[in-house]
Amino acid sequence: MRHIFRETWSGLRRNVSMTLAVIVTMWVSLALFGFGLLATQQVDLMKGRWYDKIEISVFLCTSVAQGTNCTTGEGTTDAQRAAIQEALESNPEVASVTYESKAEAYADFREAFKNSPILDSVTEETMQDSYRVKLKDPQQYQGVVSAVRSMKGVQTVQDLRAYLDPLFTWLNLLRWGTIGIAGLLLVAAALQITNTIRLAAHSRRREIGIMRLVGASNWYILLPFVLESLAAAVIGIVFACLTIAAVVKFVIIDKAQVSIQSLPWVDWTHAGVAMLWMAVVGVALSVIPTLLTARRYVKV
Amino acid sequence: MIKFEDVSKTYEGQRRPALRDVDIEIAKGEFVFLVGPSGSGKSTFIRLILREYRPTKGHVYVAGKDLGRLPGWRIPGLRRQIGTVFQDFRLLPGKTVYENVAFALQVINKSSQAIRRTVPETLELVGLDGKEDRLPEELSGGEQQRVAIARAFVNRPAILIADEPTGNLDPATSVGIMKLLDRINRSDTTVVMATHDSTIVDQMRKRVIELDSGQIVRDQSKGVYGA
Repeated sequence: MRHIFRETWSGLRRNVSMTLAVIVTMWVSLALFGFGLLATQQVDLMKGRWYDKIEISVFLCTSVAQGTNCTTGEGTTDAQRAAIQEALESNPEVASVTYESKAEAYADFREAFKNSPILDSVTEETMQDSYRVKLKDPQQYQGVVSAVRSMKGVQTVQDLRAYLDPLFTWLNLLRWGTIGIAGLLLVAAALQITNTIRLAAHSRRREIGIMRLVGASNWYILLPFVLESLAAAVIGIVFACLTIAAVVKFVIIDKAQVSIQSLPWVDWTHAGVAMLWMAVVGVALSVIPTLLTARRYVKV
Repeated sequence: MIKFEDVSKTYEGQRRPALRDVDIEIAKGEFVFLVGPSGSGKSTFIRLILREYRPTKGHVYVAGKDLGRLPGWRIPGLRRQIGTVFQDFRLLPGKTVYENVAFALQVINKSSQAIRRTVPETLELVGLDGKEDRLPEELSGGEQQRVAIARAFVNRPAILIADEPTGNLDPATSVGIMKLLDRINRSDTTVVMATHDSTIVDQMRKRVIELDSGQIVRDQSKGVYGA
């Protein structure tokens, strides 16, 4: 056993520059891979827990509200209300409709902006009556929106999804971009490891020849190579995890979460999942090419 | 100990077999010279015993086991029963005499206690006591070959294979090496030695197997180099 560790150590020292190259490539590629995983989880988080729960809000006219379907100086009439409610409830895409009055909206607003100076500029009269519409399939919002948008007495239809879709496009781009680049870099890392092992096997060929001759087991011969690339990979993985941790702490927890509180953000749990995958991929991508390459040189 | 049953070996991409219809048995404790011109199949014969290759046809048995059926992971076990010595010594240049011999035991996971006991014993047997801390480059050719023999024999193998062990040595030194191999043979170790050295073969009067173009052309007990 002592011999194996000595061999591993001397191998690492002999190929210092190659080992460093492997560490850096592993670090950068795994960190990018980790970003990709975080972006994926961020998308899922917003889509799952939140995006799907967003309702469509159909705001009604008030005496001061402007809009093509509003008559200036008048609010939505009772007949119009009934027609809107009827249209919503009869729509096959709609799961449920609730009515929120000005007063209720104002109460909610007060609650949400309890400590904000914005509260002073808002009164109950500036709020609007609205219908809150839950959909059967939250992805299919276009039909309902266009059905009521042009009805008399509807000031505006707010579907947050229309605002959020570009955000998701960007997040998806970030996700696949980082994972794609990470994939390329990981291939580079695997090739670098293959080269490093080839060099190491070459410089150790006398020893290997003798070990085979005197009957050292294949594992005994292969283990120093595996440990050598594993050591480089583990260092790379640790650096990559630290990078991800720094991003989660300084960018997400300290900045993003504070400035955009209404969005759910990835936290340490998600970072942990990402790190776990980074470790698995890092170890697999170092050990597998090592075994494949070294086996060729150790072949009995 | 070693049995070839109708063995032929043709290397990939070659038409002429390197070994053809070889049928021979070497008993435990025998001393056998393998002679014949270059390319006659001596190396192939040795490599088949070491299971570096499988025969194309026939069976090779070593210590009762059919090597053709030996799974890959059992090959190291086979090689632990066979010591091997080469013309070019194959010592590790950075290691001392003691370390070179101990290396063979370390890599098969022998305890350091066993190593400390057997290595000095074996070095004494080959006549290298007092030179434990020398590096190979500080030794003469004959001494280097003794280190190689110590390394091959330190695990007390049942078979010792020597491929031209005196090929790089002068006649006087060669005699010393042969005496050593003879001594190892007397401790009931089967010795198979491939050689071109007619003087040695004629002096030793051991069994001689002669190969030519891959076939056995002579098998003579107490033989000489040329028939």
